[in-house]
Amino acid sequence: MFRLGLIVNPVAGMGGRVGLKGTDGAESLARARELGAVPLAPARAGQALAVLLPALDSIRLLTCPGAMGEAAAVACGLPCETVDLRPGAETGPDDTKAAARMMADRGVDLLLFAGGDGTARDIADAVGERVPCLGIPAGVKIHSAVFASTPLHAGELALALARGKRPRLHLAEVMDIDEEAFRGGEVRSRLYGYLSVPGDRRRMQGQKAGTPKSEKAMQEAIAHDILERLSPDVLALVGPGSTTRELKRLLGREGTLLGVDAFKGGRLVGEDCNERRLLELIALEPGGNVRIVVTPIGGQGFLFGRGNQQFSPEVLRRADREGIWIASTQGKLAALGGSPLKIDTGDSALDRELMGYYKAVTGYHESVMVRVEA
Amino acid sequence: MGMDMKEKIRDFHQARWDEPVIFELSAPGERGILVPEGGPEVEAAGKEAMAALPAGMLRAAPPALPEMGQMKVVKHFLRLSQENLGADFNIDIGQGTCTMKYSPKVNDKLAASPKVADLHPLQDESTLQGALEILYKTEQLLKSISGLDRFCLHPGGGSQALSGIAAIIRAWVDDQGLQDTKDEIVTTIFSHPSNPAVAKLKGFKVITIYPDPVTGRPDFEAFKAAVSDRTAALMITNPEDIGLYNDRIKEFTDLVHAHGGICSYDQANANGILGITRAKEAGFDLCFFNIHKTFSSPHGCGGPGCGVIGVAEHLVPYLPIPLVSHCEKGGRYYLDTDPPKTVGKIKDFYGVLPAVVRAYAWIMNLGAEGLLEVARVSILNNNYVFRKVLKMKGAGAPPYAEGEHRMEQVRYSFQRLKDETGIGFAEVQNRIFDYAGHIWSSHEPFIVPEPFTIEPTESYSKDELDEYLAILGRIVEEAYADPEMLKHAPHRSVIHHVDHDYLDDPKRWAITWRMYKKRFDGYFEPKKG
Repeated sequence: MFRLGLIVNPVAGMGGRVGLKGTDGAESLARARELGAVPLAPARAGQALAVLLPALDSIRLLTCPGAMGEAAAVACGLPCETVDLRPGAETGPDDTKAAARMMADRGVDLLLFAGGDGTARDIADAVGERVPCLGIPAGVKIHSAVFASTPLHAGELALALARGKRPRLHLAEVMDIDEEAFRGGEVRSRLYGYLSVPGDRRRMQGQKAGTPKSEKAMQEAIAHDILERLSPDVLALVGPGSTTRELKRLLGREGTLLGVDAFKGGRLVGEDCNERRLLELIALEPGGNVRIVVTPIGGQGFLFGRGNQQFSPEVLRRADREGIWIASTQGKLAALGGSPLKIDTGDSALDRELMGYYKAVTGYHESVMVRVEA
Repeated sequence: MGMDMKEKIRDFHQARWDEPVIFELSAPGERGILVPEGGPEVEAAGKEAMAALPAGMLRAAPPALPEMGQMKVVKHFLRLSQENLGADFNIDIGQGTCTMKYSPKVNDKLAASPKVADLHPLQDESTLQGALEILYKTEQLLKSISGLDRFCLHPGGGSQALSGIAAIIRAWVDDQGLQDTKDEIVTTIFSHPSNPAVAKLKGFKVITIYPDPVTGRPDFEAFKAAVSDRTAALMITNPEDIGLYNDRIKEFTDLVHAHGGICSYDQANANGILGITRAKEAGFDLCFFNIHKTFSSPHGCGGPGCGVIGVAEHLVPYLPIPLVSHCEKGGRYYLDTDPPKTVGKIKDFYGVLPAVVRAYAWIMNLGAEGLLEVARVSILNNNYVFRKVLKMKGAGAPPYAEGEHRMEQVRYSFQRLKDETGIGFAEVQNRIFDYAGHIWSSHEPFIVPEPFTIEPTESYSKDELDEYLAILGRIVEEAYADPEMLKHAPHRSVIHHVDHDYLDDPKRWAITWRMYKKRFDGYFEPKKG
């Protein structure tokens, strides 16, 4: 029996149709309602659930009461039980988190959630990498790589798993866009966390090439290549991401997935460093022996300025251009469809200086020439 | 009545025999041939021979070969052959990059003649003069087709030819004592992936260039940034898989030479350039052709294949041995093991003779003008299909080189179809079997999203190209009208659905029957316990 969890964020996506760029926070939700917005996520969840009907007998659906899942399941005729959650009239992030935790504790095989980046963030907070998760895209902002490309595809992926297909899991980025800035027309995103997501070459957003299995192997190969070139007297500042995490692992430390960790001579000398700490460490290197190991973030191709602002203009100026080592899987580069990598450090003179061609490590003794633009 | 010639859609249905694996058909004691007893003399000799073998080399039990009568064997393989869709059945232009052209049957006849088929490779070369003459003369033809100075015809396929080339590059670097300073090989993402693979195999680091998003050709600025004194070699395909000819290729080779490196031209598929452009003039020191693509011998599975390596004068000393040389004075052909710095043998004996015989016959039949005509017609056919596919709803090609024509093949994309209907390349690939067709995506990584690659070659008539286009057009219509049906295709084929996930997971691989029996029961059900 396949145990499927379902969480619907009923207010996700309401801001979109009425021109608000997101529905995070009570105020924007109220504003969306004023503008006549109606809930969309339950219907999107229903589209995904309808795909599961042929496998009714082999699925046990565990969801939340009412609009957070039960209603959608009942509407499409899928029997379900609910977790012990009593959301108020207005559901919120705490309900999502509590529900996700309960489902993880009940050992669901897959947690489907309908929402947007905000919902993904809540799920990541609650269960991290404990449970395979998959997003049904229903929000205004879908910048995270944890969503299927459409609700139907989410349903199909779940159906395949319910029918006994073994999930191939990989870590996918949960992105966090600052809605306030986004409403002002500015995209300011950062890497918020990771969810463990079942891969399907065809059904995941942004997954244009490669397989989870080989992606992991490629990340390890990249790490070995970099490790081989890191001499013991070099200070290596290793940026966030699942690609660079393999390097951190090889250096003997789990390190932080989302932060910048500093290594020297095979030792961790700074964990989750902020800009100031990085500058302190760099100051200890009079010879300027500093390497910055960085991987492009998400499907957007940002090298600096998104998700790794610890690498401030001042930090970057201290490491010379040759000291910037880019690491990326071939799949990630291919998904950019030939677009250059981007930098937006906030210092346009520096951005211009850093433009040009770099060798991005894509495997052991393998690299791709990439163009970096401001 | 057959299919409507105007509509060009066949009411096709693949044969389905549900044929077991040959091992499952085995019946203990059943035999194809009953071999008579040898008698005491033979028996004694046999015992003697067995006694001479070291104990560790003797099997404890006989091999588990299938035991079957002749009639069962014949039926088994004929049934399997009916479940197949070979180049002689379908309009095989969907297998782009593979150059699935017609291989004239008369050439098969020559290759199967006892004069070729009954030769033993250990025969004394004085009794092999005809075979050696064909090898020698084919080499002379390839020299003039490429402009290079000497060829080795041994490799049994394209990747083996490339691995021979990488061995030569390695030997050349080491010979000059440059192993510590020249350790990089530059290639492009649309070159065949065996290029970087063999470079890695020979200990080089690989740097890959992506295309310029406007011209579609390798980004020359990126290339300039990649090439340095560490560059041992350039290994590049041209025209690349997307069907664009890199017209700045001489600048690429000049730059590598200026840094003291050498250049290898992957011309596995030379179908669009025969008689138009050559490796020599493009500045290359090495090249290779796949006889089983351009020169009309069937591919590996129907072949076997044959890749041939050509080099410029300064690399001749490194070629694999033996070469075939000709003694002007005595008029004899002989196996030449002379190249002083040879990389050694890369294939047993002297290669795949039947493939070379077919190629020799094919080239001699066409002559120089005929080869040029091959290239021109394959380009014409391709651009006809190109225009038609671009007009197809949901289909497109990457926005490179807008308004330019293509060479002998094109990489297309079904991204729009996917966006509009949810049907992507994989569903089209499954559905086309229902119309007796086949279509291939591209090598990974998929730089072009939802890719497919069509290469019409010179062999196909306009009628047949139209038939293939009609099939594609029908499937696209179906995608918009009934996407659900496409998701469950094929409906008229041997197997309903192949689970490709097994390919991605080494833990689930079973590449031999013995391995399968150890790991699985029934249809890939993991063995218990």
